[in-house]
Amino acid sequence: MNAQQTTTNQLPEKKYIRSHEPIFWGLFGAGGMLTAFLTPVMVLVTGLLIPLGLIDAEHLSYEKLHQFVSSWYGAPIVLVLVALPLWHTLHRIFHSLHDLGIKRGRDWQQVICYGFAFAVSVFVFTLLLQMLSL
Amino acid sequence: MSAQTMPTQQAVSDKVIEVEILRYRPEQDEKPFPQLFEVPYSPDMSILEALQYIKDHLDSTVSFRWSCRMAICGSCGLMVNNVPKLGCKAFLRDYYPQKIKLEALANFPIERDLVVDMGDFIKKLEEIKPYIIPATDDKCLSEGTYKQTPEQMEKYKQYSMCINCGLCYAACPQYGLDSKFTGPAALALLARYNRDSRDAGSAERMKIVNQEEGVWSCTFVGYCSVVCPKGVDPAAAIQLLKVESSKDYLIGMFKPD
Ligand code: SF4
Ligand code: FES
Repeated sequence: MNAQQTTTNQLPEKKYIRSHEPIFWGLFGAGGMLTAFLTPVMVLVTGLLIPLGLIDAEHLSYEKLHQFVSSWYGAPIVLVLVALPLWHTLHRIFHSLHDLGIKRGRDWQQVICYGFAFAVSVFVFTLLLQMLSL
Repeated sequence: MSAQTMPTQQAVSDKVIEVEILRYRPEQDEKPFPQLFEVPYSPDMSILEALQYIKDHLDSTVSFRWSCRMAICGSCGLMVNNVPKLGCKAFLRDYYPQKIKLEALANFPIERDLVVDMGDFIKKLEEIKPYIIPATDDKCLSEGTYKQTPEQMEKYKQYSMCINCGLCYAACPQYGLDSKFTGPAALALLARYNRDSRDAGSAERMKIVNQEEGVWSCTFVGYCSVVCPKGVDPAAAIQLLKVESSKDYLIGMFKPD
């Protein structure tokens, strides 16, 4: 009877620590989606359609692109196009390091990987801000 | 019985298939070593039956687990040519005339020969609260049963088909790298209860999901779903839980508990 009572006692509630992974997973997912949809289109346009002359190269001239990038709608699009795939890539690299069994300095790996993605995102953001002509 | 049936069986076919078993008897072997057996081949013979033939006729010291012989009990999991399989659901015809290499399930400690220590897996299954947690202001027993529509049942049915064979843990590279990971079958079972309309324990279980060793150790390799003999698709269950965990994270940012 006694033994039974002790075995049916509730286990002490475990301490659960929430992971911050959702932020990085979200950026990873969004970046992956963009890359998956846009890379084939970009390859098609720049690698096939333009060289074959099916699209006039004038449409992607420096002046046209500069104008687009410095417009209020072009700047955020370019920021998203650069930053999200970057977060995607560095998240993948961070997890691949774990898959390769590199256990040492996981927190430093994290700081370097996501730090790099963050730094480049900020850099692109400021660059675009300077180019902006309203 | 087998002694009587054997001669006729051998008359039907004199083909043999080579079966190599990774042996390990902790009290006498320093480390696991392979041992080769020759088994009479027949196309409808399962790997489990081949093992039983070996135990009955060639070497009675070979140890392996089995019970139902029909992919129900989940006890006969092993590595067949390095792929996690149920011994009773894999057949010699799919390997013949090549040699078959049998080893204990990967990612688990070997107890003896093809028998592994499943302790950690069982602990993971227990930890995710695998039972219906009713709402506290729930109805009295006398008010009758909980009814469920076919749609409500469809939401979790697939995740309830697991037979706890552990093949998905043997397949999971993340569990292999770090066994703190809750792992595919336990998370699929967690999803099974969280998706059940009669259950009100989601908030409790989300704490398990939200941890690093919850869903976030998974990198969506997907091999667990490939090897699962019951079509449970634990990888999909984990992906769905990642979405839930992300929602939970956002909500947690605005109203921390
Ligand atoms: S999810 Fe599939 S592979 Fe994993 S333990 Fe359950 S039945 Fe076996
Ligand atoms: S013996 Fe039961 S699942 Fe194979």
